[in-house]
Amino acid sequence: MKPYDLEKLPLNRQEILKAARPSPKNPFIQRGFALGVSFSLLFATWILLSGKFDAFHLSLGIVSSFAVTWISRDILFPSGDVASLVRSAWGMACYAPWLLGQIVQSNIHVLRIAFARNPKELIHPHIISFHTRLKGEIPLVTFANSITLTPGTITIQITAGNEVRIHALDFTTGDLAALRRMESRVARAFGEDI
Amino acid sequence: MLHIIAMLSIACGLIFFAGATVGILRFPDFYTRLHAAGKLDTLGVLLAMAGLALYNLHPFSIEALLTSLKILLAVAFTFIASPTATHAIVDAGVRAGLRPWTKQEDDQQ
Repeated sequence: MKPYDLEKLPLNRQEILKAARPSPKNPFIQRGFALGVSFSLLFATWILLSGKFDAFHLSLGIVSSFAVTWISRDILFPSGDVASLVRSAWGMACYAPWLLGQIVQSNIHVLRIAFARNPKELIHPHIISFHTRLKGEIPLVTFANSITLTPGTITIQITAGNEVRIHALDFTTGDLAALRRMESRVARAFGEDI
Repeated sequence: MLHIIAMLSIACGLIFFAGATVGILRFPDFYTRLHAAGKLDTLGVLLAMAGLALYNLHPFSIEALLTSLKILLAVAFTFIASPTATHAIVDAGVRAGLRPWTKQEDDQQ
């Protein structure tokens, strides 16, 4: 693990986050749009879960989705930045199929190891540690969870200095180049340049 | 036709579940077992649930469609929750000071 300066770090991190998320130009429209997006998401979930289309149930749904939207206005989409919101959603939609492909591939790999005659000979558990250049919190979480989702690798921790520690099952799944590819895909999905 | 695809999908899901169980029993230590337990399950859930959702669609109606969408919603939440839970368990293991099994260690003994 690389040493990092504890005094400098929190400041640096704040600056990085601010740079990654510039303040919106017209805050009221942005806020309204963010509220609208979370309201429609909640209302769609309500319709899906209730499955009743009469006026009584729909109006109940509208009232309760609006209440929840208002209560959690600081939790769902706190930045209210429309452009980056749309961009991230589109990026995620493009990223998910590729991730699914990776998951299927590595699942088959681990399945083969599990059913092999002597699994202990096939595996070489080791711990990789590398420095990621992703900055935002959501991209970091997505990256960590993607690593854990593809079998053969589990994220142990991401330190404050952006050092990722990974427990890998063998050398094919714990391939540094493959991890770099995944990192750059996450970066592209969220519009970060690394 | 739809039924055949659904059956195939559920069967593949069951194979992955079986693999996960076998993996838990056969891998040497805590961390490697989690590789099998936490993740082969995820694809197993996806395949089995997608199969169920397709099977459910056959006499097509709005209710059936809603039920299928609910099943897919459950899969989506599994995909977020499963890696997070796996990570939490691994983190607990690391914090408790459990050392990972490695091949070199095995050779020395």
